[in-house]
Amino acid sequence: MSEPARQRTELDGQGLGWLDEEGPDLEIVLSTRVRLARNVQGFPFAVKASGEERERLLGRARDAIAAADILGSTDLWEMDDLDASERTLLLERHLVSRELIVGAEGRAPRGAALALSRERTLGLMVNEEDHLRLQALRGGFQLVQAWRDVDRLDEELGARLPYAFHHEFGFLTSCPTNVGTGLRASVLIHLPGLVLTKQIQKVLEGMGQLGLTYRGLYGEGSRVVGNFFQISNQTTLGKTEEDLIDQLESLVARVIGYEKQARSVLLREAPSVLEDKVWRAYGILRNARSLSFEEMMNLLSGVRLGVSLKLLKTPRVETISRVMIYAQTAHLERAARRRLDETDADVFRATYVREALSADGMSGSSGE
Amino acid sequence: MKCEHCGERAAEITLTEIESDEMRTLHLCSTCAALKGVGSGPADSPPIADLIAHLGSGGSGPAFGPDAEACEYCGTRVKDFRKTGRLGCPQCYVHFAGQLRALLRRVHGASQHMGKVYMSSAVDIDDTEARLDTLRRRLARAVEIEDFESAALLRDQIHQLTETP
Repeated sequence: MSEPARQRTELDGQGLGWLDEEGPDLEIVLSTRVRLARNVQGFPFAVKASGEERERLLGRARDAIAAADILGSTDLWEMDDLDASERTLLLERHLVSRELIVGAEGRAPRGAALALSRERTLGLMVNEEDHLRLQALRGGFQLVQAWRDVDRLDEELGARLPYAFHHEFGFLTSCPTNVGTGLRASVLIHLPGLVLTKQIQKVLEGMGQLGLTYRGLYGEGSRVVGNFFQISNQTTLGKTEEDLIDQLESLVARVIGYEKQARSVLLREAPSVLEDKVWRAYGILRNARSLSFEEMMNLLSGVRLGVSLKLLKTPRVETISRVMIYAQTAHLERAARRRLDETDADVFRATYVREALSADGMSGSSGE
Repeated sequence: MKCEHCGERAAEITLTEIESDEMRTLHLCSTCAALKGVGSGPADSPPIADLIAHLGSGGSGPAFGPDAEACEYCGTRVKDFRKTGRLGCPQCYVHFAGQLRALLRRVHGASQHMGKVYMSSAVDIDDTEARLDTLRRRLARAVEIEDFESAALLRDQIHQLTETP
């Protein structure tokens, strides 16, 4: 097999281990991520680094990655070896940031790379805004476990690469908003109940006052689509890692509680309206011939709510999470083996969704 | 299109807000979006990053004086930092320490790191003491939140450090 063909094959399904995990609170929390920003002594930060320095840093990182036990057998992709659609594929899986894949003149930045463990979703970006961005991703609500994974990887890499560390400011990062622990922990959470009962603004404001921040995750930029929110810690300095994780965990647990409450209020106060909304969403997804990403996400939100309230027997929550990933444009293009304009992408998306839901519906009864 | 909030900078972000019953769409520049707690770019970028670039320029506190000299290691100047919100190298933290402290207090509410202490291969006694201190603090914390698996690991690390001559 030729080198590019081999890499292409290896990209399929990469970094999506969390989709199959039976994480806690899966009906409300889709996934948990913890990342650590680290830089290596003796190299300028990315904004000031020359191409040669970035290559040299990648060489150092490659050795340290190969020696890290927790990563086991690791795949490492240099962004420059992938074509634009493959890089977008990784972006759609949230394995890389835009900064890692977009350089000058449509090329990837020099020395930019992604390393991923084969067995689990643990890995790191090299030559991003910071030299290293370690990340652990898990299904459901598993902050402590994700933190432990990334902490172990950090210990192993730190033993081989001399990190830039300052006794007062902690781990030094290119942007001072990440300095100190360099830790950003986040959960991707589905809050249709709070949106429908119009309490979401209050909850989001409350989180803001407690040092947490939110943004949308899927869709362009940071728009909130389909009632999916990404909640994370805003500050990284002045607290221990355990405190940051603990604080986020207890607040997210409260938000989960509010969401459950809102859902039971909806079921009690407006059961027929809710049921109608859910079934209509399911009906459209099963039958539509053209779907924009945004419309699909809003409908999937309804179906996800319906499934978790047991108004719908199928699809499974995992199927919905999978569709959210695989019905994005770069994924559709990969399956179609060609570039798709917007009209084509909407048609392909609708077909993909119909097939995914119908395949899932076979295993159980979809109707009443 | 100009930002609908400040009317000055170019709008880069579309923000959909749900306020009581109404959903409305705003076109904002990255700074005003950051003020509303929304970031631009990759999901990972901190929403307050853009604020830094504008700190000190609005006359709301002497975060960065204009007369600070360039970092001798990488040549980053205050105006570069203002423009990009990024420092150029680890040495910048030492060079701009005075000004950074004020900024960090505003952004994080603190300027002293309390988390893991990194010990590179060149160990001196201060580092070991500082590291022990942190390990003990983390151990106490782990016990408090009943994370016994971490506690056991931390205890081993403390033993390792205290046993070496």
